[in-house]
Order: sequence, then structure tokens, then C-alpha cells
Amino acid sequence: MATPTTDGKPSHDVHGGLPIPRRAANRPVPSAELLRGWYRELVLIREFEIRCMQAYQDKKIGGFCHVYIGQEAVAVGCVAALKPQDPLVTAYRDHGHALARGMTARACMAEMFGRVDGCAKGKGGSMHMFDREHNLFGGHGIVGAQTPLGAGLAFATKYEDEVINNGKSSRVTLCFLGDGALNQGAFHEALNLAGLMNLPVIFVVENNGYSMGTSIHRGTTQSHDLSSKALGYGIDSAVIDGMNLLEVYHGMKDVVEKCRRESRPAFVDMRCYRYKGHSMSDPRKYRTRDEEELWEQGDPIGIFEKFILDQGAITHDQIKALQKEVKAEVRDAVDFADNSPVPPMSDLYHDVYREPWGRYTGTSEPRMYGGAVNPPTFRATREGDGLI
Amino acid sequence: MSATQELEFRDAIRDAMSEEMRRDKRVMLMGEEVAEYNGAYKVSRGMLDEFGPRRIIDTPISESGFAGMAIGAAMLGLRPVVEFMSWSFSLVAADPILNNAPKMLFMSGGQFGCPIVFRGNDGAGGQLGSTHSWSVEGLFSNVPGIKIVIPSTPADAKGLMKTAIRDDDPVFFLESERLLGMKGEVPVGEDVLVKFGQACVRREGTDCTIASWGRPVHFCMEAAEALAKEGISCEVLDLRTIRPLDIGAIERSVRKTSNLVIVDQSWSFGSPGSEVAAQIHQRCFDDLDNHVHRVHTEDVPAPYAFNLEQEYLPNTRKICEAVRSATYNA
Repeated sequence: MATPTTDGKPSHDVHGGLPIPRRAANRPVPSAELLRGWYRELVLIREFEIRCMQAYQDKKIGGFCHVYIGQEAVAVGCVAALKPQDPLVTAYRDHGHALARGMTARACMAEMFGRVDGCAKGKGGSMHMFDREHNLFGGHGIVGAQTPLGAGLAFATKYEDEVINNGKSSRVTLCFLGDGALNQGAFHEALNLAGLMNLPVIFVVENNGYSMGTSIHRGTTQSHDLSSKALGYGIDSAVIDGMNLLEVYHGMKDVVEKCRRESRPAFVDMRCYRYKGHSMSDPRKYRTRDEEELWEQGDPIGIFEKFILDQGAITHDQIKALQKEVKAEVRDAVDFADNSPVPPMSDLYHDVYREPWGRYTGTSEPRMYGGAVNPPTFRATREGDGLI
Repeated sequence: MSATQELEFRDAIRDAMSEEMRRDKRVMLMGEEVAEYNGAYKVSRGMLDEFGPRRIIDTPISESGFAGMAIGAAMLGLRPVVEFMSWSFSLVAADPILNNAPKMLFMSGGQFGCPIVFRGNDGAGGQLGSTHSWSVEGLFSNVPGIKIVIPSTPADAKGLMKTAIRDDDPVFFLESERLLGMKGEVPVGEDVLVKFGQACVRREGTDCTIASWGRPVHFCMEAAEALAKEGISCEVLDLRTIRPLDIGAIERSVRKTSNLVIVDQSWSFGSPGSEVAAQIHQRCFDDLDNHVHRVHTEDVPAPYAFNLEQEYLPNTRKICEAVRSATYNA
């Protein structure tokens, strides 16, 4: 629930957190072209998610579906602060990250439709967006499970750069998690390892105030100051306004540069709000409509739209044209997904193993020997070799 | 025939890892006490000196964290070998090793594999009590996407470990603390590998097939020796890997002997032993003279007391009794 203010009205403050520093005001404004590009990404993610919700209601999308509406500025701003070769790993609310990273709306939507043209050939689904080309190492379904993976990606980039290539660590890994993951053991083990081993990984907590239906102060100690979580592991942290794209960009730019330069982990309390439920089946009875409306007034798209209009980086006509274009792109993605074939049954047994013995067909009828159903019996070099 | 050298089981594993690390810089070893302590069971003895702390990495007691970290590193292209001091401790890393590693390739539609080896002691170590005596093959063989290797000799330990490190899929390599000091002749050569999915005939026989893997293979050999004196000729098959499973080798042997006893050191319910029994009943229904007999660890938690633990585990006496029963000599 929103914290009641003294006059009894709901407050904007669902995080109960310390004040957020502002950074963007003193920074040079990025080029108009960059700003327009970011605006387009925000609108694309929003439109994509709206269409997802419709498709879910139409039963075109199955399983769990967690939409990103309200948090768009986080994905767009964070990815903008990265280089393309920097690995990214995230949790299950991952459509926004995938689109921001460069996955096409078609591949993303087709994955959710369970079709063969999806990013994972329809085998992953909404929670498991993977894209090797764009260094997206997955959406992961178990809360907090991706945090050790993020540490491992950073371990590997550093190992490649320093041990294999005898150079200097050059890449940083971005590991997104929700505030609910703060209470998983995996998160704490990952932070300890990252701090201990000086891993260049940034843990970005998309702190939307709720882990499913449990508000952060009901499930997390020190929720007013999450930096205390990182402090225990010797990791520097930052608090960033996740509803303001420029704040996200400039804040993350600082964090990314420091992480890259020092090859040390970082922790970010990214304050944001999800406008919709935890998943499509969530009636949101744990918070008030008033609270949601307060946050909707601070919509990240609205804030950024006003900014770029004030800057003269875009005109009202250009916005209309852009919105029309994005709507068409997402409509096309839905059509594409709808027309993409379902995966062939033969795909069921593909990608279980890398298949060095030929096509895997399960254990009940094992034929893992490159077609030779009856492999030659292997004999020890000597009878009873090495036996006790 | 290639030259051989006598090695302890633990050194055979160490040599396999060291040779592969010399061959491929992407291979590294991490785990509790693997570096400065030289391994809790001295398997990684000397490796820190040769490869240094960037490639032989001590981790805190944090199985879920470092197992997950190694999986992330494998996704990016490294080939980590992760030591669990005991597979019993892998249970706190169940989510990464069962929910991440074996599924990554599949749920990414073939984009990200997970070339990783998890290795460590499996099975009873000797009065270690209920929580430290797991035979995890009973649980983990249920999961598609992993390969499970359980060697019984130093030669196999080396050859199978090299195959495991070169393999592109997650491999669970199950060692036995009770075998680590065992000596045996091991073929010399950096490219002497033992393929997965190929059972080995340890002893030929005509009356009954005994199929096993890992440490109990040695009990099977003792039993076969004892039974030979009673006029029962046993063929002992060492399966060496559970996934992939060389069911063909068992099938061929059973067609010859018409009897099968499976010896499996995990619990019986939903185990590799029960899977083999089911498959052999299906494949060899008309060849069998008796139903498949199984010798498992008793269906109770591991006891501490020496006498109880000996009775709890598969042992030579139980195997002999099972073979006599299967061959109507009871």
C-alpha cells in the first residue's frame, strides 16, 4: 500500500526510500537524433506490451506473462549506457530488455506466441528471451537465479580479456533483478562473489516497490536504503530515478564507466513502478487505484516526451508520425507471429544436448550413437584393469 | 597397445584436468579448497602451482553462488570444471545445476549451451552420516539435458574426465571418496579418451549379467569371483555413464545370460536401476529366465554406525544373494 500522508491521502512514495539524487540537469543534452531514438524505443515497448496483453486475453500467448509497462525508461536508459558487446542478463519481466537490446518485435512476439520464428524457436516463451547476436543471455524464470549468472558472465569477460588475451578487462555485465530477488540466497551469494573477485558486473534492482503482491517494506529489511545490502559486500551503489530516462541514462553512464574502469561490481537501486500487475492474472488488490494514478501522472514516456518537445528535438507532428509507425510495427509483429508456423514435433527433441551422438531421442529408446543402435562393446585394455 | 602408468584414482582425475587445461585456456577449475589447500581430497594437488590463482580458483562455501557463476561463465564460452567437495553439498545449488545448466540450450532455442563439468565425491564416504552420504545419481538421472558419468577405475576416471571437459553439454562427474586412493594402470597420452555411452565388460560370463557403475562394480567383481566357485558364471558390465545409457550392451549380455542383476548405490525408488530394469523387461521380455533383480542402497537415510552402514550399502553378500535368486540357485 502507498504510505498514507498526514492528510490521509495516498503518497507517491511506495518505496519508502531515501531521496534520489538528480544528475541530468547539469549534463550536456544528448543529440536530437539519440533522443528521438530513445523516445521511439519507449513507445515501442509500451505499444508492444499493450498488444501482448491483448494477445494474452485472446489466448494467443500462454503461460505466465509479465508486462513492463511503467518501467520502460529503465531498460532504454540502461541499454543506452552500455556498449553492444557488454553482456546483459535479466529476470522474467524481459520483453522490454529484449527490445531495447535490439531484438526485433517480430522475434519477441513470435516467441510469446510459441512459434518457430521466435527468438528461441518457441521453446522459451515470455520469460526466456535469449538473443546471442545482441548479447542478451536470457530472461530467467526463478527469482534471483540470474544474479549468479550475471556474476559468471562478468567473470568470463574478464577472464577472456585478461587470462586468455593478456589484455585489460574491457566489458561490463548488466544484471537486472527485481526488488523481490533481494531476499533470495542466490543474490547474496552472487554479491559476495562479485565483491570478492572484483567482477565487472552491475546489479540493477528494478525496484518497483512490489515483489508480486508484497510491498517492499513487508519483505525486505532496510528497504529505505538498499545500498546497505551492497555495503556489506564492499560494493558501491547508486540510487537512480527509473521513471526519468535522462536520469537513468546519466546515472547509469557514471556507474558503467566506473565499473569498466575499475573492473569492480556496482549496485543500483533503480526506483520505478509497474503500472500493471505482477503478471496477467494479478488483480492488484494489494494497492489502491489512487496510488496507481499518482504514478501514472509521472509516466516515463510523458516526462521524456515533454523534455524532447521542450528541447525542440522533436515536433508534435513527428511524434504523431512516430507513434503511427510504431503501432504499425507492432501490428506487423503480431501478424507475423500469428502467421509463423508452430514448431515441428521433431523440434521437441532438439537442443536438449549439443547432440554429439546424433539426434537425441530420450532415455526410453536411447539412440545416442550416431545412428548405430548397437555400439561395439568397449573392452578394458587389460582384463580386470586396475580392479581392487 | 599404448603405454600405461600406474596412478591413483585422484591423480588420474588431476592429470585429466591438467592436460585439458594445458590444451585449452578456456578450461579452469573452481571450488572450495581446490587451490591453496590443494583440494579437500587432494584431487587438485599441485594445480595451483602450475596454473596460478586465475585458473585454479578457491571459492567461499557458497555452492549456489559459484555453481551459478560457473554456468554464466560457460554460457559466455568458458569451460569451467566445478568441484563440489561432496555431491551432498550440491543440493544447495539445485536451482543452478538442475534448473539452469541442463535447460539453457533448450530454452534458448539452441543459442546458449553450457559446457561445464561438475565433479566431486558421491556415495557413502565411510560413516559420514545421513546428510553427507548422498548418491545423487538417483535424483539427477531424472533430468534431461545433463550427462552423468560414474567411473570405477583410474583409467576410466582419466579418459572420461577428458571427454567430459571436451563435451559441449553439462556433465555431472561422480567420484567416490572410497576409490580416490585406488591405484591402477592408466594409458599415457593426451588424447586417450573414453567415450560416453559405452559400457565395459569387466568380466565375461554365461549364467547371469551383473550391471553396475562406480564403486559397486568392485563388489560385483568380488561377487562374481565368489559365485564362480559355486559354479555360477557371471558377466560383469560397468556402464560408466548413466546418461547416455548403453542399454544395448546390457541387452546383448542379457540375451546371452538370460538373467540380470542391477547393482545401484542409490535408493531404489525411481532410480537408474529401476530405469534399466524397466527397459530390459521391455526389450528382453522373452529372453529373461527370471525377473530382473536389483541390489540398491537400503531405503532409509544413511546411518552412522559402521555395521549399519555396511548393511545399508550394496555389498558383495547382497549381490551374491541376488544372483543366486535370479539364477534359481537360492
